[in-house]
Amino acid sequence: MGFSLIGTVLAIMAVLGFLIGNQRARGLARAGRLHSLPRYHGVFVALWTALPGLLMIILFAVFSTGMINSMVMENGQGGAGDPHMLAVELNKIQLIAEGRMPFQEGMGVSWDSVERMKNLHRNADILALFCVIAVGVVGFLYALRRIRTDFRARQEVERIVRVLLVVASSVSIFITLGIVLSLIFEALRFFAVVPVSDFIFGLQWSPQTAIRADQVGGSGSFGAIPLFAGTLMITGISILVAAPVGLFCAIYLSEFASPNVRGWVKPALEILAGIPTVVYGLFAALIVAPAISDFGGQIGLDIASESALAAGLVMGIMIIPFVSSLSDDVINAVPQAIRDGSLAMGATEAETIRQVVLPAALPGIVGALLLAISRAVGETMIVVMAAGLAANLTANPLQAMTTVTVQIVTLLVGDQEFDSPKTLAAFALGLTLFFVTLILNIVALGVVKRYHEKQ
Amino acid sequence: MVGKNVNYSFETMHLEASQNTTPPRVKMEAKGVDVYYGDKQALEKVDLPVPLNRVTALIGPSGCGKSTFLKCLNRMNDTVVGCRVTGSITLDEEDIHSPTVDVVQLRARVGMVFQKPNPFPKSIYDNIAYGPRIHGMTRDRTELDQIVEESLARAGLWNEVKDRLQEPGTSLSGGQQQRLCIARAIAVNPEVVLMDEPCSALDPIATARIEELIDELCNKYTIIIVTHSMQQAARVSHYTGFFHMGELVEYDHTEAIFTNPQQERTKGYVTGRFG
Repeated sequence: MGFSLIGTVLAIMAVLGFLIGNQRARGLARAGRLHSLPRYHGVFVALWTALPGLLMIILFAVFSTGMINSMVMENGQGGAGDPHMLAVELNKIQLIAEGRMPFQEGMGVSWDSVERMKNLHRNADILALFCVIAVGVVGFLYALRRIRTDFRARQEVERIVRVLLVVASSVSIFITLGIVLSLIFEALRFFAVVPVSDFIFGLQWSPQTAIRADQVGGSGSFGAIPLFAGTLMITGISILVAAPVGLFCAIYLSEFASPNVRGWVKPALEILAGIPTVVYGLFAALIVAPAISDFGGQIGLDIASESALAAGLVMGIMIIPFVSSLSDDVINAVPQAIRDGSLAMGATEAETIRQVVLPAALPGIVGALLLAISRAVGETMIVVMAAGLAANLTANPLQAMTTVTVQIVTLLVGDQEFDSPKTLAAFALGLTLFFVTLILNIVALGVVKRYHEKQ
Repeated sequence: MVGKNVNYSFETMHLEASQNTTPPRVKMEAKGVDVYYGDKQALEKVDLPVPLNRVTALIGPSGCGKSTFLKCLNRMNDTVVGCRVTGSITLDEEDIHSPTVDVVQLRARVGMVFQKPNPFPKSIYDNIAYGPRIHGMTRDRTELDQIVEESLARAGLWNEVKDRLQEPGTSLSGGQQQRLCIARAIAVNPEVVLMDEPCSALDPIATARIEELIDELCNKYTIIIVTHSMQQAARVSHYTGFFHMGELVEYDHTEAIFTNPQQERTKGYVTGRFG
């Protein structure tokens, strides 16, 4: 594509704009006192040169392909009137035009339309280049004309930069919004087929419906309770493992360990966070789950070879570093002065830690636990490998269970029809999970805030 | 006059000052105290008796070792990595470094107020109740309430905070926070209160308030105060020790130190020629 060329041209123009603006301002400075430093004038000109061009590039990137496609189609084949076939045809033309597929007779597309597409793309690139240069020059001239001794270039630059910052932060917000909206719309399609109450309160999860007439499948029931129960159970077990171990570890590291020990142990712990979850999954499936099962056999308990306990334990190990490393940081951030204050009262170190240091660090520790929980809720691989796929609704951690994320994966793996309830159920699960974690976060923030007020 | 007078005693000070009152009893006494931070010697051969129920001020330029000495008295230096203390320090004639002394007990008897107010991130009430609770000084809530009220009243803070005991200690002003810390220190009923530049972060009005408080408190407690301000030392203390470069240069009645110092260095410092 020609974007790299256009980008280079734009960058060169911006640099030139800076130099010329800077020079012009210096020239004026000899005549009278400038309000702003010359380099602000330079930056002002550069921004006015580059930003309109950048906007132009974005417009072209967003709209040119769509316009070219529609132009190719309305002029060329016309297809059979079927939109699906039309899309396939267009795709072929595109691939051939980009040289990623050899052209053969009898593919259903004519060489004419391929040529036409190539031409249109070339023209669009040239047009884009000229447009960018044109708006760049206009912006440049406009900015240059505004340079005067009393021109407040610094304020102007700061205003533009502020707008850029706002744009940058809105991008992430809008993307989040887009994700949520796409979830909501797909989930609505699901709820058109399956009633909301069945989904939220149903106790049975077996989404294996037949997607073609010749397949055998269940009637399908989409009760999400077993999945959320499984998620809750496995997350709960992992937090039961990670919270005490991680917190004690953090207390040892920050309060008792010598700097030398800390220098070794902390990075070593953080390595745990770097292990791919699939490796944890292997560890859980091949070592922990059989070990638990064997142990159960010895004491006369019937434990499935895939159990929520195994997955939860290993997941707990996985999230220890999240708890320990963050908690260690916040405990370290507690001022030494209040530790000294407590020790000078004749408090023991244990009393100081329990009653002064930990309460002071609590908001950070809650934050660390929350991060750990959200990791655990979102974790998929370990559960697939160690807890199985069976959606059992049970309070017994020794049985196989499954979680929301695992089901989303299994629903979307393999050949799927994108409007069957089975596929759409994944979006409904995703949406529900999103709301659950959202509520979790809000509650936790509330807890932290109330604690802060009390402090 | 060569060197410094090694054996300070209140009897000789009284003879020199020719006062008619009986000399005070010795509450704490340092003999030949050396302190090292790693290889660096911070204090050298300090001998200093601390009089019972009097205010003793330690003055000297920055880095002279006066705060280090103060921290030796309740072994707060224990928490500093690489810090070594030799020599003997006694509290009621018992060596505070002897194995029979529990450092936790020692600190309950020798309380401390720090340079910057350091209230715990708890309510005003819990700040004061912290010490009595950890030392199990009370049997029920009524007794605890009483200790909290008494301590706050003795620190002159009760009237200002009695309606807001559940508010966080950090919501008070700087001067109030420092008085809160003093109240917290005296809530466990210590025998000695160490104050490490307690007014250096405060405005003049809050400072005057604390100085008044020190004056009232010395009836009940033995107070040792480190201060940068010679005026403050002159105003609040009965005895003053002048530290310079890690040694105790001179120790005497406050009046004697400021009006008739025996050592050239003391004279130079109190008259403002260096420091």
